[in-house]
Amino acid sequence: MKHLLSTHDLALPDALRLLDTAEEMAAVGEREIKKLPALRGRTVVNLFYEDSTRTRISFEAAAKRLSADVINFAAKGSSVSKGESLKDTAQTLEAMSADAVVIRHPASGAPARLAASGWIDAAVLNAGDGTHEHPTQALLDAFTLRRHWAKVAGTGSPGSDLAGMRVLIVGDILHSRVARSNVWLLKTLGAEVTLVGPPTLLPVGVDTWPCTVRYNLDEALADRPDAVMMLRLQAERMNAAFFPSTREYSRRWGFDDARLAALDTLGLGDTVIMHPGPMNRGLEISAAAADSVRSTVLAQVRNGVSVRMAALYLLLAGGTHDDPAAPTVRANPALSPTKEPAV
Amino acid sequence: MTVPAPHAGAAPRVVLAEADIDRALTRIAHEILEANKGSQDLVLLGIPRRGFPLAQRLARRIGAVDPSVDPRAITGQLDVTMYRDDLQRNPTRPPRATQLPPTGIDEKVVVLVDDVLYSGRTIRAALDALADLGRPRIVRLAVLVDRGHRELPIRADHVGKNLPTSSAERVRVHLEEIDTAGGRPVNEVVIEGGA
Repeated sequence: MKHLLSTHDLALPDALRLLDTAEEMAAVGEREIKKLPALRGRTVVNLFYEDSTRTRISFEAAAKRLSADVINFAAKGSSVSKGESLKDTAQTLEAMSADAVVIRHPASGAPARLAASGWIDAAVLNAGDGTHEHPTQALLDAFTLRRHWAKVAGTGSPGSDLAGMRVLIVGDILHSRVARSNVWLLKTLGAEVTLVGPPTLLPVGVDTWPCTVRYNLDEALADRPDAVMMLRLQAERMNAAFFPSTREYSRRWGFDDARLAALDTLGLGDTVIMHPGPMNRGLEISAAAADSVRSTVLAQVRNGVSVRMAALYLLLAGGTHDDPAAPTVRANPALSPTKEPAV
Repeated sequence: MTVPAPHAGAAPRVVLAEADIDRALTRIAHEILEANKGSQDLVLLGIPRRGFPLAQRLARRIGAVDPSVDPRAITGQLDVTMYRDDLQRNPTRPPRATQLPPTGIDEKVVVLVDDVLYSGRTIRAALDALADLGRPRIVRLAVLVDRGHRELPIRADHVGKNLPTSSAERVRVHLEEIDTAGGRPVNEVVIEGGA
């Protein structure tokens, strides 16, 4: 694994390796000294062409906890506003010998272009590209779900998957890279995913995705899901009349107080409510739901740092001859194969 | 993990059999108690993977000598992956869990336990990892096999067996908690390869 561009092509062993590593990183976050020397001397560039609070801060915290040097780059206030191309920016970063580039871009495929172009040697981590993918968000959602699922089952989460878990993803699927990344990853981990939203906010070709599609949130909730993931209504991408009014949207597809009460009525004590943030309180999620004990919003943010530490560590810490198929199991250098000449 | 196929070259030879390992661990357990003048403040931290089962075995023996000791309450695991100095020279390895006893390690007598002491670099990494977790009063080192070839000024306080080796050889420790051969658990130390 050289880059982290999407969850679509993330195989199950790689996904589990990321989640298990994140579990160890989470333990570091609970210590008094929340720092590891693993990426000392490595440079991570946060290249953000789109606004972001939690993803950028989360990547920055993750890189710093691993002792990497962080350079933050926001398109606003940089030479990009003077017309610098992605290629020239990338080559500038290459000349400064960046080891990893965390990129968020409004154009779908920009991270893949950066990774495949040869403009730069660094590992590329997709932090959200257009309406394509947001893999670290899906990984942190999966991590949060896996911890919850393991707690419900009374087992430990390391090594486990999401087999049998039923997850609803509700809202603006059309514009959501979070939904796409989650569909692929949760499917890989064995969960059953159901998308719920107005037909106008479902993408063309959704019938080919490995999930079911429904239009009525109340009916979907009556099917007893284990987790409900509410998506943000992306006002900045609403360039057409997708629904009559926000009030109507909120009534039919928002997670309001009545639906929160319905979960209790249905006896779904273990169902959690997720939101990738930033939340439009009162629109797709009510304040009571966002602040309830079912809400995992803050746990998701906390887990985001652990998951991004895991991604940075697995992509950057190793040498150039990275071979995930043959992990070295011995911790003792006496037995490490590279230390001894072949006999 | 199964026992790997023997390396081309000399046939693997067993240098410590199960009974030898048992005797060495019993002696080390007594040495630890003697050096510490009792079981006061003792914490045994095994280094993954095979240091941890060794630490558990030592703790059980200490518990057998001193019934006031709960072997589980003094045993832990210390992962040193993130502190290694050869991270960039090897393929990425996922970290393993670090589990400290509930008492923590501050002001404790920490005995690091590993299977083979070779270059000393794992122990250097372990000392760095310990410093981030707390401040033990004393840190000691117990190993099942010391095969020499140190690259750092590090020595073990308690050694199961000193094993002069050539650096072309490999020393493999198999413990039944982790290793099997043909479906059977094994406990042995073997030397493979060499001229």
